Amino acid sequence: MSDLEYKVIVGLEIHVQLATRTKMFCSCELGFGQEPNTSVCPVCLGMPGSLPVMNKQAFEYSVMAGLALNCNIPSFTKWDRKSYYYPDLPKNYQISQYDLPMSEHGYIEIPLEDGSTKKIRILRAHLEEDAGKNTHTLGNFTAVDLNRAGTPLLEIVTEPDLSSGAEVKALAVELQRIVRYLGVSEADMQKGHMRFEPNVNLHITRGGQLYKTPISEVKNLNSFRALEGSVTYEAARQLDEFLETGITMESGNKRTYGWDDENNRTVLQREKEEAHDYRYFPDPDLVPVVMTPEWLDDIRSRLCEMPLAMEKRFVTEYGLSEYDAGVITSEKATADLFDNAVKAGADPKRVCNILTQTGAKLAKDKECSVAELGVNSENLTALAKMIDDGDVGASAAAQVFELMVETGDTPGQVAEKHNLIQKSDASEIESLVDAVLADNAQAVEQVQAGGKKSKKARGFIMGQVMQRSKGQANPKVVNQILAKKLG
Amino acid sequence: MANEILNLTCKQLRDQIADGTVKSTKAVEAVFAQIEKAEPKIKAFLRTHKEEAMQKAADIDEKIANGDKVGSLAGVPIAVKDNICTSFSKTTCASKILEDFEAPYDAHVIEQLNAADAIIIGKCNLDEFAMGSSTENSGLQQTVNPWDADRVPGGSSGGSAAAVAGRMAFGSLGSDTGGSIRQPASFCGVVGLKPTYGRVSRYGLVAYGSSLDQIGPFTRNVEDAALMMNVIAGHDGRDSTSVTEKDAPVPDYTADIDKPIEGLKIGIVPRFNEGASDEVGKAVKASLDTYKSLGAEIVEIDMPYFDYAVATYYVIATAEASSNLARFDGVHYGHRTADPHDYVEVYSKSRDEAFGDEVKRRIMLGTYALSSGYYDAYYLKASKVRNLIRQDYTKAFEKVDCIMMPVSPTTAFKFGEKTDDPMQMYLADIYTIAANLAGVPGISVPCGFDSQNLPVGLQIFTPAFSEERLLRIARMYEKENDHNIVMPPLAK
Ligand SMILES: [Zn+2]
Repeated sequence: MSDLEYKVIVGLEIHVQLATRTKMFCSCELGFGQEPNTSVCPVCLGMPGSLPVMNKQAFEYSVMAGLALNCNIPSFTKWDRKSYYYPDLPKNYQISQYDLPMSEHGYIEIPLEDGSTKKIRILRAHLEEDAGKNTHTLGNFTAVDLNRAGTPLLEIVTEPDLSSGAEVKALAVELQRIVRYLGVSEADMQKGHMRFEPNVNLHITRGGQLYKTPISEVKNLNSFRALEGSVTYEAARQLDEFLETGITMESGNKRTYGWDDENNRTVLQREKEEAHDYRYFPDPDLVPVVMTPEWLDDIRSRLCEMPLAMEKRFVTEYGLSEYDAGVITSEKATADLFDNAVKAGADPKRVCNILTQTGAKLAKDKECSVAELGVNSENLTALAKMIDDGDVGASAAAQVFELMVETGDTPGQVAEKHNLIQKSDASEIESLVDAVLADNAQAVEQVQAGGKKSKKARGFIMGQVMQRSKGQANPKVVNQILAKKLG
Repeated sequence: MANEILNLTCKQLRDQIADGTVKSTKAVEAVFAQIEKAEPKIKAFLRTHKEEAMQKAADIDEKIANGDKVGSLAGVPIAVKDNICTSFSKTTCASKILEDFEAPYDAHVIEQLNAADAIIIGKCNLDEFAMGSSTENSGLQQTVNPWDADRVPGGSSGGSAAAVAGRMAFGSLGSDTGGSIRQPASFCGVVGLKPTYGRVSRYGLVAYGSSLDQIGPFTRNVEDAALMMNVIAGHDGRDSTSVTEKDAPVPDYTADIDKPIEGLKIGIVPRFNEGASDEVGKAVKASLDTYKSLGAEIVEIDMPYFDYAVATYYVIATAEASSNLARFDGVHYGHRTADPHDYVEVYSKSRDEAFGDEVKRRIMLGTYALSSGYYDAYYLKASKVRNLIRQDYTKAFEKVDCIMMPVSPTTAFKFGEKTDDPMQMYLADIYTIAANLAGVPGISVPCGFDSQNLPVGLQIFTPAFSEERLLRIARMYEKENDHNIVMPPLAK
């Protein structure tokens, strides 16, 4: 078997719930966790005589996402009905887009672990309404909650350009970052705002011949962990299966799997894909959407810099490490806060440290994002400058930041009020140093003797000086004076 | 007194109520007295609402007595086809599957009628889900033609047409998917108008063929049709196919109704009269002569794709119907089978038990037409032919102001005459269907009687959103004769 090589081939179908206030074709509010069947109306219940009307905001959001995914936005889009009978589908058809989606032929650039990026082609992205939810806890009956019915979903379909669980995860994370940057989706995985369905198979070469394993579709994944895990698991499983059985892809042997989160494995759901005939046809209740150049320009003007571009810029222009740039750009508001502070003249590394260390820790305690701590970019710039100028020391700076968050005051006000301004007055510090040296003759001797204990003794003296200054002495100045006195 | 009121038109009644000459309560009483007398024979209504109607009439009378402002149909009794949703009482579509359905909302046209202070007296019978040309397909009861108890009232809005012909309402609303207003209007000897697609909101109309359906009025004369149009036409944000005022303003249809169209050019397709019975052909020809005597010019036109209208219609309408009716499944809406074995049986048995044959036939046809492998051959091709039919009209209207032809090849036929042969039944709509495919407005105006004293209808088409012109042309003819004042035998 030593001549066997294989490639993992993965394509993704992704459903992203758009962050509109109301549903796709009616004015019911979108929500999460409401009492069953309370956010419904004749339209989303599919009542006889009711008619859908397109939510313009949802359409614009989807166009924004399409543009961010480098898609072509056609000037003419229509709505189609996709028919199937299911209790959670009020009309027994879903309004979707079939042959003329609102965007197609784009790509998403994803960061790889080695620091490079890879372009994954997007086949299409289209808009559709979500179905409701069935629950089977009533014995012989199925309970149906239609609160979710009519929720706007953007369905994104990639080409099979992904080749590992890690890449699939990277795409998911990048897509989440993009839609959040655009503000078109909250993309909260736990609330099911993003759901993934990877299609996985292997291209195996053995003895100079190519074999393709049957495609597995893993349904409805809503965590990065499950997504990555399912692809990795499927790749390994398919290899084992091929080695054991030699089974290859034929029409009709595509299989559907679910994900068992506890045991970290995929579980076969259906051996054979049901031959579905969705009987797509244009929905006669909805007029087609004509995208004028003016409208498209207007939507385009609402786009922002994309996260990956920002991340790259922070590395090349601001000299951040790739790691720091990744952390800072994980969320748009934080990235903007950082960018604005730097643009106002703060040192990038300094601001980055404040945000990724003190800021991140504080945000974690408060269970919010760094930006939500409420420190504005002017105050951030001011704090960074105070550190640069030696007005506050490193540990004091962290305290200043925390107090800024609590009080909303400027760093200057906070430092003043809490005596955190670093003292750099050489004569004042010199008298402090003299007092410490006088009180610690033994340590002075050890320093001057050199050798093993010298460094430790010097540190002890330094600590004593700082203690007596209540931490306000500028360590740089202290060091200079010590060097002069102790040689 | 009662008979005097019943012989008034909508407009006359409205004016007399408004100036206090007649009380709305008297009009409602007169109508219900007539219902008591004629309805057992005609059976136009599935339900009537006397108490609510009397209450509302009393309110209107009081308002008028107080000098308060009232709407343009204040106090006038109106009937509504039972596929138009009303928040009072049921909306059954004359189907067993919806026998107990109570909509929690009013259709747009119902809101408009209410805003005009009309009195809705009841809901009228129809072919189940508006599928049919005789109202014999009603799942709930059989309506007869007020001119002959052995004959059908036409369909699918047979109840609404018979109610007006039988003097049991001063006007009514129907829906027209392939001729369902114009054909029963012609069979019952009343005026029936199918407006331009998009002119009247479909919100609250239980859909049959969404791209073809349009709500329109039945009245005893053309002026009343204009009055009804003033109430129901206009934009509604809840129907995205409803055309905005900006794109097509709604005029006052009654304003110039009595002004004849100068130099009227009437297009006729000569072979159409050949397809009609002799008596229908004769009556239509006579009405063309009337127009000629009024100075109109008759221009022969060609509509080459008209012949494909019936085939095209039955692909598109049934495709849409198969989808629109999918929600009646025993899970979400409608009758649920008693003891299903599994959930698939909830769907299949519920639908099997409660849909009538014609509805099943059309759902099967439509499902087939949309199936993968057949879509291109049927639905897609039909959509293309539909465009050609649209062009037929567009080209014709470059040469003429209107097109005239019979409404139906024959006058009202007998019960059972065509029920065994669906194709024969479908061909009864041969003259009306193309207007729905093209979306243009059409009207049926009584133009005489055959030897059996059955009414004949003249059909007129004008371009989209030119109902004002259509009504004026129809009115020109109406003023020259008195077919519409004859009372049918069963109303007596
Ligand atoms: Zn709703």
